[in-house]
Amino acid sequence: MIDRMKGQFAQLGHGFIDGLWRVGSMTRFFVLVLSASGTSFQRMRLVRREIYFVGVLSFVIIAVSGLFVGMVLGLQGYETLQRYGATESIGMLVALSLVRELGPVVAALLFASRAGSAITAEIGLMKATEQLTAMDMMAVSPMARVVAPRFWAGVISMPLLAAIFSAMGVFGGYLVGVVLIGVDAGAFWAQMQAAVDVRYDVLNGVIKSIVFGIAVCVIATFEGFDAPPTAEGVSGATTRTVVSSALTILALDLVLTAFMLRAGD
Amino acid sequence: MPADNLVDIDSVNFGYGRRPVLKGVTMRVPKGSVVAIMGGSGCGKTTLLRLIGGQLKPSAGSVTIAGEAVHKLDADGLYALRRKMSMLFQFGALFTDLSVFENVAFPLREHTSLPERQIRDLVLLKLEAVGLRGAHHLMPSEMSGGMARRVALARALVLDPMLVLYDEPFAGLDPISLAVVGQLVRKLNDALGATSIVVSHDVVECLQIVDYVYFMAEGRIVAQGTPDEMRRTEDPLVRQFIHGETHGPVPFHVPTRGYAEDVGLGRLLGGSGD
Repeated sequence: MIDRMKGQFAQLGHGFIDGLWRVGSMTRFFVLVLSASGTSFQRMRLVRREIYFVGVLSFVIIAVSGLFVGMVLGLQGYETLQRYGATESIGMLVALSLVRELGPVVAALLFASRAGSAITAEIGLMKATEQLTAMDMMAVSPMARVVAPRFWAGVISMPLLAAIFSAMGVFGGYLVGVVLIGVDAGAFWAQMQAAVDVRYDVLNGVIKSIVFGIAVCVIATFEGFDAPPTAEGVSGATTRTVVSSALTILALDLVLTAFMLRAGD
Repeated sequence: MPADNLVDIDSVNFGYGRRPVLKGVTMRVPKGSVVAIMGGSGCGKTTLLRLIGGQLKPSAGSVTIAGEAVHKLDADGLYALRRKMSMLFQFGALFTDLSVFENVAFPLREHTSLPERQIRDLVLLKLEAVGLRGAHHLMPSEMSGGMARRVALARALVLDPMLVLYDEPFAGLDPISLAVVGQLVRKLNDALGATSIVVSHDVVECLQIVDYVYFMAEGRIVAQGTPDEMRRTEDPLVRQFIHGETHGPVPFHVPTRGYAEDVGLGRLLGGSGD
């Protein structure tokens, strides 16, 4: 019994040290990516190509999800606001929820599953098929040629995708609130315009999405680069990217929201 | 180091963790020659190749290429040296998102600022040398293993390197592709004035194309000589390897306890049991 408890305790400690070690490696990796980024900016062609893969190809899922989320917000919001006779505020409710929270967070979650997993799988497979080693042997740094362009493409795409998500969401809210239910269009837009502050709402949302973009891209590229060069290794790394990204996004959102609300007081 | 040696490996030791892989390996590769490192799977030959390429560092001893100690170079020094050498990987390691043309053009685009026209000429020249000029528009996924290996060879030679490292260039090829790749290794080495190190366990092909052979077993060089000397040798280990004999100093079975014991027959047969 004591032996088993000892074993479990040791396992727990081992897991903790292992986790700490991974966080350390990821931080070191992040610094290496930043130091290798100069070349990426000199050769924007590489970044542009990756922006197409991670950003443009994520457009449809982000736009459609944004539309649906906005429509649901419209329906739920109307249902609740009706009780207080404040249905004209539906525009404000939809816009604030999207710009402050749902836009950055849901877009980042979708981005992690759509683009983050693809980045991990691609880099992991390049490693498994010795493409990264081959590049390194040709005196071309895989950090500068493969990792950094994908990282920056993700960081640049994320706020844009979050903005598209929010815009489509507002449009979804308009469709349900104004077109379907019949809330006054003037009130819908006027309340939204009056309530949404560029500095405290829009800018904070943009900051959030940039932070989430950095987090997702570091996790995705690190997991790919660190994946054991086997089929299980790459599949495990892809799963870890989605899970770690989701948890990191939600945890960072809590921290950022706390700071932003405090700063807004 | 004598002036005519391009690669000089001196008493190199290396291990993965606590497991020693190379034990006191010494080897010389003269300029302009094709040298083979042969031996069974897991004898440390690929590890040796990685030490030469600077991907690994020896725990003792030295690896010198053209007078430069590879293991002492920093990242920039290593990259500067690697621009003068190249490596052909076991399965080619072509970039799957680039066409055949772009794969071969890759080192040129990364390391030179040649105009597009010259890049095109150089790439087609190298593809012509490996017989694949007509396949320049294909993607790596559209090619057979043998073709991919030849494209990788063209890519490895596009910057006219002084040293080419081949990691199992013949593995998994049909007899025709194997002979083609073998002849290409020899001819291109001589035509470009390069030096080649071929790691392989393909005895027949290797002995035909190389100038000198090093035999490795359990992390040591156990025999060396010209291909003719190797064919005539009485060394039981080399003979077993060259003639593919199942009985000899290299055991077929991984060392373990007795079979009867392992399947639980030990006690029945009057053995010592578990």
